Amino acid sequence: MIEIRHVSKTFRRGDSVVEALRDFNLTIKQGEIVAIIGPSGCGKSTLLNMIAGLYSPSKGRVLYKGTAVTDVNMDVGYMTQKDNLLPWRTVRDNIAFPLELAGLDKAERQTRADAVIKQVGLDGFATRFPTELSGGMRKRACLARMILYGAHTALLDEPFAALDAQLKLVMHDLLLRLAAENGHTVVFVTHDLMEAVTLADRVIVCTHRPAMIALEQEIPLPRPRDVLNVRFTNEFKELYDTLWERLRLEYLEERV
Amino acid sequence: MTAIEDKIEVAEPPTETGGVAMVLWQTALGIAILFAWQGVSGRLVDNFFISNPLAVGERLYEWISSGSIFLHLWATVYATILGFAIGSLIGAVLGIWLGVSTFASRLLNPYLSALNALPKVALAPLFVLWFGLGIESKIALAAVLVLFLVFLNTFAGVRQVDQDLIDTARLMRATRMQVIAKVILPSTLSWLFAGLRVSVPYALIGAVLGEMIASNRGLGYLVQYSGAQFDTAGVFAVLFVIAVLAMVLNFAVDLVQNRMERWRIVSR
Repeated sequence: MIEIRHVSKTFRRGDSVVEALRDFNLTIKQGEIVAIIGPSGCGKSTLLNMIAGLYSPSKGRVLYKGTAVTDVNMDVGYMTQKDNLLPWRTVRDNIAFPLELAGLDKAERQTRADAVIKQVGLDGFATRFPTELSGGMRKRACLARMILYGAHTALLDEPFAALDAQLKLVMHDLLLRLAAENGHTVVFVTHDLMEAVTLADRVIVCTHRPAMIALEQEIPLPRPRDVLNVRFTNEFKELYDTLWERLRLEYLEERV
Repeated sequence: MTAIEDKIEVAEPPTETGGVAMVLWQTALGIAILFAWQGVSGRLVDNFFISNPLAVGERLYEWISSGSIFLHLWATVYATILGFAIGSLIGAVLGIWLGVSTFASRLLNPYLSALNALPKVALAPLFVLWFGLGIESKIALAAVLVLFLVFLNTFAGVRQVDQDLIDTARLMRATRMQVIAKVILPSTLSWLFAGLRVSVPYALIGAVLGEMIASNRGLGYLVQYSGAQFDTAGVFAVLFVIAVLAMVLNFAVDLVQNRMERWRIVSR
């Protein structure tokens, strides 16, 4: 349902030309969780921006549910390392923001917001402002907002990179649970291989810039996954090693 | 520019001398200056140049007891407030409009820079031609001074809005009007208020200057008239009234500011 066909993207800034993506091809099925991993600055985020319709490709096409993405893609939820919550709104008003934009009345907004607030474990924080929350709680609020506005696809750009290792696991568990409950398609950009294998149905390893696909690896680990323990199984270790073997090369080249 | 100044927290100076004692010292200084002024006047410096506190006080008493000063005071206050309101409204709307419209801001950029560089006071004769000798030309001058300050602050504020927040709202199916009303406006408000705050004294300057140039009432007219009559005591008396008015306006702005404070922290 997301098809990336021969997509290239170059950025021009003054005289310098940066090629972020070259002839990139990828098809993502409905309900699939795909992790994209690669060296930093390799054009992974550019790819997400093009699926979201915030950038247009220099060459090639991005198809979403069969139609070309030409303007802002309103069927996707986007979450980055930055929280992008509106600082002057309470948690509840932030989460209900998409409903307010859609013109729902206040009572219904509140009821539906309170339901997802419970779902992501933010009960009791509805009337706090984003600055009063911890990093993990802000991520929960972002996830809640994304669920509430009914996006079918979640684009996640290293959303948990700033969290500590334990909190990351908690968020992974929450994310997998929410994606399963809501039938989300998830495209997850990261540079943490452990995270990629834990979450994904398929891991795409990118080369360093310009990004091309170096390796595609199915992750046939059974679901629902136990994010705390899945990493200690032999299957996980084998998959991890295969991916790392290829990913390592990209970092080696980078180091030279 | 001003908004940045506004955001810098001014540290409370260490209070070595207590509040009450300082007020006493300040009063003592004031009285000492008045005595020195009275003593110097007519002896070291000609009374014609600096008048003296007793004569100034007498003039103030005359004006207040006859009520004539209130006509002038009201004219100035009226022009200041109306000029402030009109100027800030136009400035805010213009700032937001140009802030969100890249085309318009690029199109108008050279003209706005030129207008902004122009000393606005030089527009006074034009306003007299357009609006006559009445209060309208004073309102226009005050408004024009306020307009540019508020415009520049609002424009800068809109440009500072986090693009990621705008993109987030757009991905959530926000229309352009919704993006402006629910993302751009709220995050610009603290800048807008900073602009309003600094432009209050400028509204007063505009009104007084307008009255000095061509008028038959207002504090600006009165100071001009007294000067033309070689009435030094009268000039000092009007200056005193203008200073008091300016302080009252500043006090009012501080009151509003304090009310906004809680809310502004949230909007940061």
